[in-house]
Amino acid sequence: MSYLKPQTLDDAFAALDAAGVSVVAGGTDWFPALGDRVSDRSVLDVTALPGFRGISRIGGLIRIGAATTWSDLIAAPLPPAFDGLKAAAREVGSVQIQNAATIAGNLCNASPAADGVPPLLTLAARVELVSAKRRRILPLEQFILGPRRTDLRPGELLAAVLVPMPQPWERGAFLKAGARRYLVISIASAAAVLGVDRGGVIWARVSVGSCSAVAQRLFALEQSLIGCRADALPVVTADHLAALAPISDVRASADYRLQMAGVLVSRVLAMAAQGDRQHG
Amino acid sequence: MADGAPVGMVQFTLNGHSVSISPAVGERLSTSLRDRLGSLDVKVGCNAGDCGACTVLVAGSARCACLTPTHQVAGQAVDTGAGMVRHDPLTQRLAQSFQDHHAAQCGICTPAMLVAATALLRQVATPTEMQVQDALGGVLCRCTGYRRIIDAVVALGVGWQAPPDHGPVGTGTRRVDGWAKVSGTEAFGDDVAPVDALVVQVIRSPHPHASFVLGDTTAFLAANPGLVAVLTAADVPGINRFGVISGFIDQPVFAEGVALYRGDAVAAVVGQADAMARFDPAQFPVTWQALPAVQTIAAATADGAPLLHPLRAANVMCGGRVMCGDADAALRRAEVVAQGRFATGFVEHAYIEPEAGFARVVGDTVEIYACTQAPVMDRDSMAAILAVEPERVRILPTAVGGGFGSKLDLSVQPFLALAAIKTSAVVRMAYSRVESMQATTKRHPSDIQMTVGATRDGKLCGMVLHGDFNTGAYASWGPTVATRVPVHGSGPYRIADYRATSRAVHTHCPPAGAFRGFGVPQAAIAQESLFEELAAQLGLDPLEFRIVNALENGVPTVCNQIFDQGVGIKACLIALRPAWAAARAGVAEFNAANTGYRRGVGVASGWYGCGNTSMPNPSTIKCGLRSDGTLVLHQGAVDLGQGSNTVITQIFAQALGVPMAQVTRVGGDTGQTPDAGKTSASRQTLVSGNAALASATALRSQVLRLCNADEQAVLQLGNGAVTAIDSAGHHRLDLSRLTPDAEGYVLTASGHYDPPTRPLDADGQGAPYSQFGYAAQMAVVEVDLATGQTRALHFVAAHDVGKAINPALVEGQVQGGIAMGLGMALMEEFVPGRTENLHDYLIPTIGDVPPIDTIIIEETDAHGPYGAKGLGEHALVPTAPAILNAVRHATGFGARSVPLNPALVLQFLQASREPGDV
Repeated sequence: MSYLKPQTLDDAFAALDAAGVSVVAGGTDWFPALGDRVSDRSVLDVTALPGFRGISRIGGLIRIGAATTWSDLIAAPLPPAFDGLKAAAREVGSVQIQNAATIAGNLCNASPAADGVPPLLTLAARVELVSAKRRRILPLEQFILGPRRTDLRPGELLAAVLVPMPQPWERGAFLKAGARRYLVISIASAAAVLGVDRGGVIWARVSVGSCSAVAQRLFALEQSLIGCRADALPVVTADHLAALAPISDVRASADYRLQMAGVLVSRVLAMAAQGDRQHG
Repeated sequence: MADGAPVGMVQFTLNGHSVSISPAVGERLSTSLRDRLGSLDVKVGCNAGDCGACTVLVAGSARCACLTPTHQVAGQAVDTGAGMVRHDPLTQRLAQSFQDHHAAQCGICTPAMLVAATALLRQVATPTEMQVQDALGGVLCRCTGYRRIIDAVVALGVGWQAPPDHGPVGTGTRRVDGWAKVSGTEAFGDDVAPVDALVVQVIRSPHPHASFVLGDTTAFLAANPGLVAVLTAADVPGINRFGVISGFIDQPVFAEGVALYRGDAVAAVVGQADAMARFDPAQFPVTWQALPAVQTIAAATADGAPLLHPLRAANVMCGGRVMCGDADAALRRAEVVAQGRFATGFVEHAYIEPEAGFARVVGDTVEIYACTQAPVMDRDSMAAILAVEPERVRILPTAVGGGFGSKLDLSVQPFLALAAIKTSAVVRMAYSRVESMQATTKRHPSDIQMTVGATRDGKLCGMVLHGDFNTGAYASWGPTVATRVPVHGSGPYRIADYRATSRAVHTHCPPAGAFRGFGVPQAAIAQESLFEELAAQLGLDPLEFRIVNALENGVPTVCNQIFDQGVGIKACLIALRPAWAAARAGVAEFNAANTGYRRGVGVASGWYGCGNTSMPNPSTIKCGLRSDGTLVLHQGAVDLGQGSNTVITQIFAQALGVPMAQVTRVGGDTGQTPDAGKTSASRQTLVSGNAALASATALRSQVLRLCNADEQAVLQLGNGAVTAIDSAGHHRLDLSRLTPDAEGYVLTASGHYDPPTRPLDADGQGAPYSQFGYAAQMAVVEVDLATGQTRALHFVAAHDVGKAINPALVEGQVQGGIAMGLGMALMEEFVPGRTENLHDYLIPTIGDVPPIDTIIIEETDAHGPYGAKGLGEHALVPTAPAILNAVRHATGFGARSVPLNPALVLQFLQASREPGDV
């Protein structure tokens, strides 16, 4: 049993081949899952791998290294389309969690309530998966398959999140409903990025978290927004939310979750509609 | 390794010093810091990042040490709260500000708060309130209500006025024990054990009701190297039962054959620390057979329900009753009537310090070091369990990281003592957060039906109440709740015709016990909500309606107890008038100008009888002078953070006539200090305060007599002598010439106090308490009309505490109580098996508690020391109903249950919205 903190991907892949290795970055989900006991597995710490931490611009993409923390993301100069992702970052647990927890950890943990997923969906994010044999890139919605379930295959690491460079006038927004101000798992969350040109919506991405096994894009709503005036967006209807299938638990009933989803979607749309190609 | 240390070794800089350790793979930094490096200021409250008590700086940035692999900090700088208080002038100044602002109560969260605030202040020298909230949002505090913490951090930028270290009664001095808390050196339950102690872990039932058979524990031990002993009921030499009330001693140390709640202890394992860190309780040899469980009052009282205790028919443990006048006739006479059925759930104490301690056998005595609210009760219970004389058990209370009632009951103590005896070794244990939440007591869920009437002139006319309380699997303090609720159910109002009954009902749930208010907060929700409805029916201002009906001197309570002095509720309510008028006008203006949100203002009262109900409730306080002039106060009243160490010292110093700084305290060690009773029922200021006053008065008399000085003499203590200065001159008593006793005292005195009460008759008529404390609180809230969510914006709290011995501590109790009441009103509900952690069970964070203005009313009390009254419980009694009444004012929604469910608010708003209205 050993603690491995490789400096090269080859060393990391070699470590992954050994059985019973836990991949750890920020540790903020890994430790709570252990309860109060000590792990009996080797640990592969991916925070020192080259290219795994930090945000860079590559061609038409913004590349967010897997082990980039939420605090790194908040501090990074990014276009306003990332405002929703930054808002979500500020809602991840607390400052202590944001300083440790990573963007890839949030995706690989695959919680239905993950704060990072709805805004990343609205940014059309893709994930870069690497292994000793190959590198593949998947749209985020194809990577997260269900609660605590992803398409991460044996021998693979999530290396980065890739976001197509947004236009500077596009604006993102994110809101989360919870029962208290800080350190709260959402009852529902919503994110939106809108493209607005001369007062009209030319495209839209909207998503909702905590209201289905995996956060969902609301494609029907997105379609119906196109062509609408940004200052007179349509009312969000039940049909728009048909992709959602919330559950009832200690935090909220399914019915209330659905109502919250509608309210939060309306509010993030109004916030995102503030950006305008001509007047932004 | 990148840091160049030998393989397996991790080197980093801890508080400025290079350290090198060999942690286990995947070891938490919190474990390394506490167990390998002695940084005991890093507290473990949850091991899940939910409480933030383990916050440290890693390379200058705040992290939860419990979520950080030690290996990950190799080569980096790690700084802890206590370390930075020692070497960083900024943190040192911050600690001083915390001390000056009373920003630490129990002190368990304080090192983490200092760390988080230091990280902020290094970036922002003059932070705003909101910046402080954002930076400290990840550290939970259960005592202070956060407002003083915000003040203390903001003050670093803008400066502050320091309070004195000592002063006469009425001065808001610093805490006498405050520096240990703010410097991170205070030793709590898990901070005192020797590092090489064996570790004890309890095996608990995973089922709410199950029979079980233990397997081959000998083979189990043989198969698990490092485990040294198993404890079961067979290891209990005395009575395998404990409890807190005579006649209701029913909880087994280890269940025998049947477990009655999820969390019931069935066995314990003792082993070496490293083996126990890897031990999985699921491997313990026990076979469970789940049985049908009744977890609600309705299920437990239904025909054919399984009985938890065979002699308690229909699972009813006990009841209470108070009756005066003819309630039914009065209600028939009433011109308006309001009635309702109100429900509240389990509430978890959620102190940040889980139960912990250690034990060892010294000669023929077992010593138990643990966090507790009741050292002498612990001693006596342990003596019965161990079948020894009480003197063979010594309880050494550690600092307590919050109690709120739950640490009145035994928790770790029997397991520690039995393990120490069985292994002849030093043993330790600390409950995990989950274990603490599963196994220890809760606030009683309630089902209260109430009818109350009034006449057109606005006078109350008749009240009937029946309350059923889910008391869980074992009695704990359930009988107290059943007794207190009928006594307090009227609120502090004149009701001539009253009938109140209660029942405590067993269920297969965790034992419900003492929790700040003993059932009174639940009853106040029903009563104050219905008063609001009566005022509305009568068209009266809710505050004025309460003023008209408030108790006064010479007016009987529902127990027909008549106080001819000290009744301060009317003064509390009247004191709210200016704030009430301003807030009602303010929300009207806001509501006229806004559509998406509505604001409201609500008011509620509360009262609470200090001390035990019609039962003996004594305290004894001892003091002594040593030949070198050292003045020692044996103060056995455990300070849970509320400030009894300071209050009792302040009373004692004033009565003796010396500065507080000259008093050396000895705590509640049962081997050294007489019984000052339990810290509960808001009794320590009244009861132990009076005992301290009596002991000081007795010592002063002795000194004056030996000096031959008159009563008015001024005492000066120092240089091995006491000097009494009176009109005749200086009289010097050379202490070194007196003969010391066995304890080293040349003069000693003892003071005793038991508050005068009279028994209650079958109708609950009598004199249950020597004094009540009174409170009226006003809440301003904002309701989001689209989500139904409620946010508190402001509180104004008027509290009659009699003479405020230390006004700063009074404010601390009020603010902390309001935060707890806010939690009960808006977010807290413990569901056994589902919310056994601090991310599913939510308590208020620093962003949830709004500004609180405290108005201290000093209606002095004839029984209290210098006229003081107790305070602890009163602070949260009115809070939840004031919030609910504010929500009603904002929206028209009258809640019948807490926590307030936003879905119900929303449903109401949608149903009441007129068609076409947006």
